[in-house]
Amino acid sequence: MLKPIVTAKNLTKTYGNIQAVKNIDFVIFPGQCFGILGPNGAGKTTTVAMLYCFLPLTTGKLEVLGMDVTRDQREIKKRLGIVPQENNLDQELTVIENLIIYAGYFDIKKSAAEKKALALLDFFNLMEKKDVDVEFLSGGMKRRLALARGLINSPEMLILDEPTTGLDPEARHIIWQHLRLLKQQGLTIVLTTHYLEEASQLCDQLFIIDQGVIIERGAPQELVEKHIGKSVVELELPVEKQQQVLENLRPEINGHQLLGSTLFLYINDEGRNLAGKLKQHPFISYQLQRPANLEDVFLKLTGKGLLNHE
Amino acid sequence: MNRWAIKVLWRNMVVFKKTWLTNMTFYFIEPLLYLSAMGLGLGAFIGEINGTSYIRFIAPGIIASSAMWSASSESTYGSFVKMHYQKIYHAMVAAPLYIEEVVAGEILYAVFKAVIYGSIILLVITAFGLVSSAWALLTPFVLVLAGFVFALLGMIWTGLVPKIDSFSFFFTLVITPMFLFSGVFFPIDHFPGFVQAAAWFLPLYHVVVLLRSLASGDVGLFLLVHAGVLVLSIILLYPFPQRFMKKRLGL
Repeated sequence: MLKPIVTAKNLTKTYGNIQAVKNIDFVIFPGQCFGILGPNGAGKTTTVAMLYCFLPLTTGKLEVLGMDVTRDQREIKKRLGIVPQENNLDQELTVIENLIIYAGYFDIKKSAAEKKALALLDFFNLMEKKDVDVEFLSGGMKRRLALARGLINSPEMLILDEPTTGLDPEARHIIWQHLRLLKQQGLTIVLTTHYLEEASQLCDQLFIIDQGVIIERGAPQELVEKHIGKSVVELELPVEKQQQVLENLRPEINGHQLLGSTLFLYINDEGRNLAGKLKQHPFISYQLQRPANLEDVFLKLTGKGLLNHE
Repeated sequence: MNRWAIKVLWRNMVVFKKTWLTNMTFYFIEPLLYLSAMGLGLGAFIGEINGTSYIRFIAPGIIASSAMWSASSESTYGSFVKMHYQKIYHAMVAAPLYIEEVVAGEILYAVFKAVIYGSIILLVITAFGLVSSAWALLTPFVLVLAGFVFALLGMIWTGLVPKIDSFSFFFTLVITPMFLFSGVFFPIDHFPGFVQAAAWFLPLYHVVVLLRSLASGDVGLFLLVHAGVLVLSIILLYPFPQRFMKKRLGL
C-alpha cells in the first residue's frame, strides 16, 4: 500500500467571518494527477495555498510529504514546485535569469541551476527566448516559463493553480501536452481548474468543491457514469412547455436538469426512442445530443453551471 | 535577517544592474540640481553660514537627503510594485523563504541604494572641493543607519496602505517636511527651543548633523548621541514592517 503524499483532515480556512474552506478531507497518492474542480470562489486557490505552506490553516490537520505544514514549512517547500494562478515572474529579468535566481531560493548552486534551467527551457520550447526579458513574452510562453520555474528544484509534487486560465486554446493544449509528459515521468501533480475538459483530460482523481465544501470525489469517468450516464441531450424550449415535455419523455431518460430555458436529459442508450418522441414537440427550437461530461455532473450536483460565476 | 534575506537582496541587485541608469536620473541628478541651484544661486545672496560658504554648508545635507529619498522610495513605491503588482513576494514565499526574510531582504536593498547614491554624491562634492576632512570617509556608515531608518519607515507604510496612491501622504506629510526642516538648507539653532527639540524626532536631522560634522572635521563625542538616536530608532522600528506585511498578505 502506497503512502499518501498529502493527507488533509478537517481542513478549514476562515477569512474574517467568511469560511472559504469548510472542514474538508482528502488524500493524494504519489504519481497521481489530482484535480480540484470548482467554480471561481469555491475555495480551490485557498486549498492549494495551504498545501504549499503559503496560507496558514485555521483548523484541521494537513500533512504534505509526511510533514506537518504548520511546522516544517521550509523543508516542505524545498520539495514542492508551485505554479501560481497569477504570473509572478521577475518582469525585469530575462527568461534564464528568472530560473537561475529562483533556483537560488532553493540553495541550488549556480552551475547546477544553469544546467537544469537549460534542460527545462529545452523541454518547454523556450530556448530561443533564453535571453529575452520576460515582459516581452506571450501569455502562453509566460505560463510555460512559470511551469519551468516550478520544476527548477526537481520537485516531488507540482502544484498548479489554474494552469491554463486566460490562455487561448492552442496555448492551453501545449500546456496540457507538457503536463501529460510530466505525468508519464511519474511526477505527482495537483491542479485546480474550472475547465471540466482540463480535469477530464488530465486528472486520475479529483474532487469537486463548491462554496468551500467537497460535494463529490472520484475518477472523472466514474463520476460521469455514476451521475449522468452515457449521453446528454440538450433542448431549448419555452419554460411553460418544459413540464409537459418532461412527462412525455420520462420513460426514455435517466434523469434531467433545468438551467434557465435549457433542459438537459440524461440517457444511457443511443437515444433512438427519444429522437422519435422529440419530433412530436415542434416548439423545441434547439436540440443536441453529445457525450456526458463533468460539467453535467457539476450541474446536477449544484444546480448551476461551472462558468456561471465568472 | 539571515542568509535567506541575502538571497532577496541579491535578486534585487541583479535587477538593479539592469536599471541603474534610469534610477540615477532621479536619485543622483536631482540632488545635484538642488546643490547647484541653492548652493550657487541662493548662496550668492546668503554668503556664509556659521563661517562656511552656503554651498559647503548644504552639501553634506544633500547627501543625507539623497539617502533618505532613495531608501524611502525604494521601500514604498519599489516594494509596493513588487508586492502588489508583480506578486514577487508571493513567488518568494512559495519558494523556501519566509515573509520575514523577504521583508528583511527588501530593507537591505533600500539600505544598499541609500549607501550607493549617498556615496556617489559624496564623491562629487569632494571633487568640487566641498569636503575638508578625512572624517568624511565614515560617511557610508552613517548612510547605512540612515538607509535602515528610512527603509523601515517606508516599509511600515507599504505594509499598511490600501493602494499605491496612498504613498503621497507619506511623502507630503513625512518625507518632504523632514527634507525642509532637518537643517539641510538652514541651521535650526535660531528657531525657538521647542522647534529645536522637535527636530530631535526627525531622523534626517541626526543624519544631517553627523554628515556635516564629518565633512567639516568638527567631530566630537556628541556625534555618538546622534548616531545612538538613529540606532535606537532602527531597533524600535525593526519588528513592525515584518508584522504588518505578514498581516497584509494573510500569512
